[in-house]
Amino acid sequence: MLGAETVELTSGWFLENAWLVGLIPVIGFAIIIAFGKKLPMKGAEVGLASMAVTLVIAVGGAIQWMQRTDAADGAGKEAGGLLQAFGRVLPQATEGEAKPFIDPVVTTWVWWQNSGLEFGIGSSIDGLAILLIALVAFISLLVQVFSVDYVRGDRRYTHFFAAITLFSGGMLIMLMAENMVQLILGWEIMGLCSFMLIGHWWEEDANSRAALKAFFTVRVGDVGLLVGTAIIFFGANQWAVDNLDSNGFNIAAIQAWALSGEANTQFLLWGAVALFIAAIGKSGQFPLHTWLPDAMAGPTPVSSLLHSSTMVVAGVFLVARVYPVFWEGFNIGTGGLSFIAIIGAITIVIAALLAFVQDDIKKVLAYSTVSQLGYMMLGLGTGAWLPAVFHIFTHAFFKCALFLCAGSVSHSGSHHSFDMKKDMGGLRKKMPITFTAWIVSTLALTGVFPFAGFWSKDEIIDNVGANSYTFLMWVGLGGAVLTAMYMTRATYLTFFGEPRGAAAGEHGGHDDAHAEEHEMEHVSVGAPEPRSLGAAANAHVDDHGAGHGDDHGGGHDGGHGDDHAGPHESGPLILIPIVILAFFALFAGFANPTPLASRFGEGVELMKTYVEPRATPVVAKEFLAAGGPGESASLVEFVVVPSAESGGEGGEEGAKKSGCGFDAPESGTVCFFPSVSHAEPKFTKILLSLGVVAIGYAVAIAFCIAFYGRRNKHLVGLTERHKVLRGGFLFLKNKYYLDALYENVIVHAVAHPIAKFANWINQNVLDATVNAVGIGTRKTGEWVYDNIDQKIVDGAVNGSGRAASEAGHALQPTQSGKIGQYGALLFGAATVGAIVLVLVNVS
Amino acid sequence: MLAVNFLLLAAALFAIGVYGVIARRNAVMVLMSIELILNAVSLNLVAFSLMTGAIDGQVFALYVIAIAAAEVGVGLAMVLMIYRNRKTIALDELSEMKG
Repeated sequence: MLGAETVELTSGWFLENAWLVGLIPVIGFAIIIAFGKKLPMKGAEVGLASMAVTLVIAVGGAIQWMQRTDAADGAGKEAGGLLQAFGRVLPQATEGEAKPFIDPVVTTWVWWQNSGLEFGIGSSIDGLAILLIALVAFISLLVQVFSVDYVRGDRRYTHFFAAITLFSGGMLIMLMAENMVQLILGWEIMGLCSFMLIGHWWEEDANSRAALKAFFTVRVGDVGLLVGTAIIFFGANQWAVDNLDSNGFNIAAIQAWALSGEANTQFLLWGAVALFIAAIGKSGQFPLHTWLPDAMAGPTPVSSLLHSSTMVVAGVFLVARVYPVFWEGFNIGTGGLSFIAIIGAITIVIAALLAFVQDDIKKVLAYSTVSQLGYMMLGLGTGAWLPAVFHIFTHAFFKCALFLCAGSVSHSGSHHSFDMKKDMGGLRKKMPITFTAWIVSTLALTGVFPFAGFWSKDEIIDNVGANSYTFLMWVGLGGAVLTAMYMTRATYLTFFGEPRGAAAGEHGGHDDAHAEEHEMEHVSVGAPEPRSLGAAANAHVDDHGAGHGDDHGGGHDGGHGDDHAGPHESGPLILIPIVILAFFALFAGFANPTPLASRFGEGVELMKTYVEPRATPVVAKEFLAAGGPGESASLVEFVVVPSAESGGEGGEEGAKKSGCGFDAPESGTVCFFPSVSHAEPKFTKILLSLGVVAIGYAVAIAFCIAFYGRRNKHLVGLTERHKVLRGGFLFLKNKYYLDALYENVIVHAVAHPIAKFANWINQNVLDATVNAVGIGTRKTGEWVYDNIDQKIVDGAVNGSGRAASEAGHALQPTQSGKIGQYGALLFGAATVGAIVLVLVNVS
Repeated sequence: MLAVNFLLLAAALFAIGVYGVIARRNAVMVLMSIELILNAVSLNLVAFSLMTGAIDGQVFALYVIAIAAAEVGVGLAMVLMIYRNRKTIALDELSEMKG
């Protein structure tokens, strides 16, 4: 039927046992918590080992996934007799060949089962999952290596490693989720760990407030996740049960349902809205982005991990994972102006503008992350799925590198300060390696030609334009200009110009003479300058952790030992991760260099080949929601339908608006991914975006030299003199008054009356009830004591005792001790018994 | 008729035994009275055995005789011990077990 062709897929140990990547960090967490303090490296080695093992499994899985894809594609293309010898059933090579859908490798255990509804916990590995799993494992390992030195001496060193390991574990559990429930599990583990890590130095009030803010803001979005999952479940369940023998929690079933053409549009629309609200909260999109900059209160490695590969990417991943729901719900395929694209575009611009007025280097990077996440959402919202996912991949490297550079600067260059204006400047000669890595990562972030960001961000912008969202394309380009400008500002303030504050060797505004003494540490702590929160806490911790001894200097890899001598380069444990990440920031873009594809063939587009799911209809046969214990369940029978409508790769020219995501698949077949279109790279567009970035750089450099360097009189203080500019400055400085809106308006208007009402209820209703119940209980108790306990129960006990005693006394005379009397009684009784017996028998 | 004679004899013996147990003060006499009671019972068993023709009753009688011998042995030993301790075997004076 249907001219279906069968492709058998290879699998492998790593793919089938990918669930280990979720389990290992969790076990590592437990070991660190239980035994960490007794271990020689205080638990850090367990965290590092668990991440290293995870990375090995992830890389193995990635390689096997590529082999699996190659095998399927090769079978489709070559139809070689050699493969047939291995027992493969090969499809005939067809014209305009549709690449077969590569189904995920699913390994699950039944987690929960009730009245026919069953879902598992385990792993479901496809290109997207394995790409991000490998990415998270890699970044986590490097960040942990960095942390070994950076967090050394912290009083909660062990807990830090425990939390950061579990944090990565939560992300990995989410990435390999086969059903929505496991996705929520990983999502929530991450939320909890982010709370623990942001509030790592909770002694500072501001830090614990930031942790709470992050937690609660994300919780607002989490409501959307729960509601969206419920909506999708009720929408998809019946269809999934009928067609795929699955249920409405299964992600693959949800994807197929959304693209089946039989899905209820209301369910799709509201499910997509609710799920996107979750993504807004987690990925710091426009109205709920305010928690991200505050999350800088955590230690720098946390910021780095949180902003590159985990946590904030979770929202983007959610959208990418159940993409068909958004595709259909928001009509992305037919060019609808989607909620996602609008939010993404707004986020790009507002976050980039906010980055201009931050003095804290980490906050600049935080807003930069928000802005880049906006690009990803913009891409997803306009059908540019692949560039968005690719941007997750490249962004992770250069953003992680930038944060680690900031950490390195504060660790060794500015004495734990993150304030660019007060404590930095001119560090490029003192910290050459950090500076080089920073520049490479900055160029990658801003999308300069050979660096990673160019390949991904320009692809997003290009595809947005190609999908006829012209205005949003210009927004993207504008964002690229802003990115170049604020990064120039940050770079200039940190590495160029005159050294200021701590970068000039001053510590907390005191003389160098002080710095030579050990009491300096106390002075530094008590320094009157307002420092950034993280820095203050850092110094605080340093004071406690380092103690007073000279002997600790040697153990710091040259970090703290000569810390007081002024800025210097960081130690190897800090530099090695930075250099590795900078290397990837330079070259990661070549994983999918679309503009080169026309010259070198599509083979260079690794992401397109291996990560993007194929929009090919598949015959829906057995769909095993959950295999047996540890069984790897096959998702569908490996059947592809190389029909003409499968579109996607096949019909390059024009007739793209057909196939999965546009037409309902033929009955009996299902699609798992819409056939997204890919923009043809054009030289003019590349030049346009590069030119725009160059303009941004030129303007920003000129401005920086004029403003910060030469102190141009016309420019300095302009924001104080010029009314409009001052208004704009204050508007930005106050973060669009969104925090004020949330805290003063929403919290006051909504939460305070609720709190007051709750208080009133508490005092008058609940307390009254409690009191009444208490009094009533006491009265009842007293009555029970008086009447039932004392009279009935005690009476019964005493009565039975007394009765026994009286009976004993009454019978005492019979025990006379006289044998004759005993005998008389015995025989008398026997006689009586005999008489009774005779009477009974006779009558 | 024959059986009735046996039973009457046994009843008389039993009554004499009961009287002896209750009325006598001497412990040895009481033990002898108990023997009378037991023999009355044995006589009954043999008489019924004779009436019904079943041998069981006579076998039981033999058992009763054997056990009665053991019982008298134990009883006399106790009496002997009591005499050694108290120089008397008058049961009236042995009222330590009085309740």
